[in-house]
Amino acid sequence: MLCDICGKNSATVHLTEIIDNQMNELHLCEECARQKNAEMEHKFGSDLLAGMAETEKFAKEKETVSVICPNCGLSYTNFKKIGRLGCGECYIAFKKYLILLLKRIHGSAQHVGKVPRKTGVALKKKTLLQDLGDKLQAAIKVEDFEEAARIRDRIREIERKKQNIERIA
Amino acid sequence: MQLDDLLNHSSEWLKGTGPNSDVVISSRIRLARNLNKVAFPHWASKKQGERTLQIIQEAILRADYTKKTIIFKLADLDSVDKQFLVERHLMSLEHAQKPNHKAIAIDNEEIISIMINEEDHIRMQVMQSGFNLFEAWNIINRIDDSLALELSFAFLPEWGYLTACPTNTGTGMRGSVMLHLPALVMTRQIDRVLAAVAKLSFATRGLYGEGTQAAGNFFQISNQISLGLSEDENIDNINGLIRQIIEQEHQAREALLSRNRPALEDRINRSLGILKTARIISSQETIELLSMVRVGCDIGMLKDIDRRTINELFIVTQPAHLQKIERKKLLSEERDIKRAEIIRSRLSL
Ligand SMILES: [Zn+2]
Ligand SMILES: [Zn+2]
Repeated sequence: MLCDICGKNSATVHLTEIIDNQMNELHLCEECARQKNAEMEHKFGSDLLAGMAETEKFAKEKETVSVICPNCGLSYTNFKKIGRLGCGECYIAFKKYLILLLKRIHGSAQHVGKVPRKTGVALKKKTLLQDLGDKLQAAIKVEDFEEAARIRDRIREIERKKQNIERIA
Repeated sequence: MQLDDLLNHSSEWLKGTGPNSDVVISSRIRLARNLNKVAFPHWASKKQGERTLQIIQEAILRADYTKKTIIFKLADLDSVDKQFLVERHLMSLEHAQKPNHKAIAIDNEEIISIMINEEDHIRMQVMQSGFNLFEAWNIINRIDDSLALELSFAFLPEWGYLTACPTNTGTGMRGSVMLHLPALVMTRQIDRVLAAVAKLSFATRGLYGEGTQAAGNFFQISNQISLGLSEDENIDNINGLIRQIIEQEHQAREALLSRNRPALEDRINRSLGILKTARIISSQETIELLSMVRVGCDIGMLKDIDRRTINELFIVTQPAHLQKIERKKLLSEERDIKRAEIIRSRLSL
């Protein structure tokens, strides 16, 4: 397979780009991938690179060391050493690294519980399953069946977990 | 209210009432909250720590559901006082260490406790007797709402409440249930049950929380996941798991009774005999014997002993409680004598 950008070198890096909920697969040579990555980070921050594929290993190392929370001065390196964040703003400063960590700890990086009474428009009472149910209906409505299938799998997984809990012991 | 007043008073969770109280001692919900843009306690300067303490104290005294609580600064408490609060499950061991800028707010029913500047700026908990997590959640949810009107919490829509340790991010909620599982221990099924609990990402601890050993067949089970599940869903999951364990404990108790009733009765009566007559007794032995006597109450064998009396004995025989009752410091050997004395007097009715 040849690189999607230069069309000359063979593609060794495969990544998924999500822009406005449109999923795009890119097959790139190492050179173009590096360029693309730098450009994306510059433009959007790296959040748009979901499932960063192989690019991850050469992109991050240098940068990790230098990230510091502008509010409290804690560095990401220090966080890794002590295992505690320095303040709430650290979550924003270290966002892209924390996504992976939170997923590893909780199996999810999406809050679905209550929101503070002041900032929330009343109390958000929706549960995760209800929320997914709504999203599923919306996806079916616009005939986005790929998205619908993804949501359906997530619902099944949650229900399976629930059943496991009921079954054990 | 003074700290010593708590002595003549039985904590909510010791009542021995509530759903499934033959197996479940208490249910507790804890919420972690932090102030927006303020350094977390471990990372805060002395000045920031003082200021945070001040701000939260004032908010607690203004908020609807907490204004009747009494606030104690940890710097004003001696080591017995602190241990006393830990023994009553109002405070964590961590909070008792390094008193700087720390305080604790307690209501006089001992249902609510709010630790200020523990690992997070605010760690609030609500305790209920028996198997009753939803009631605990209903209460703490209102407390949290009333504090949120006074304080601005660190929160992101996608990640929920932001906590010092990423293991608490999201709802910041930990629900835990204290179980008494003597029959599962005696029938050697407990390891299998606890392995299943761990597999489902729930944590098991002993009577005194983090890192403590399970003594006297007491086990505290709590959720570990706080992101990706709402509070209700999480409580539902814990409840489902706890219901299974209660059922298994009941079955094990029935099996013990039907297979070898005399042996069980013997053990219960011997335990009671020692407690009623001993002159010197350690805290560990006390917990183990009381655990057996509690089984006797639960299965209706010891009809004239009240479950509440047993529950209270678990606590008043702890080291700091003994010293509070005596109003002086006691050496370990002195405590063992005093402990035996208190047990005899309370069981001799
Ligand atoms: Zn290329
Ligand atoms: Zn920070």
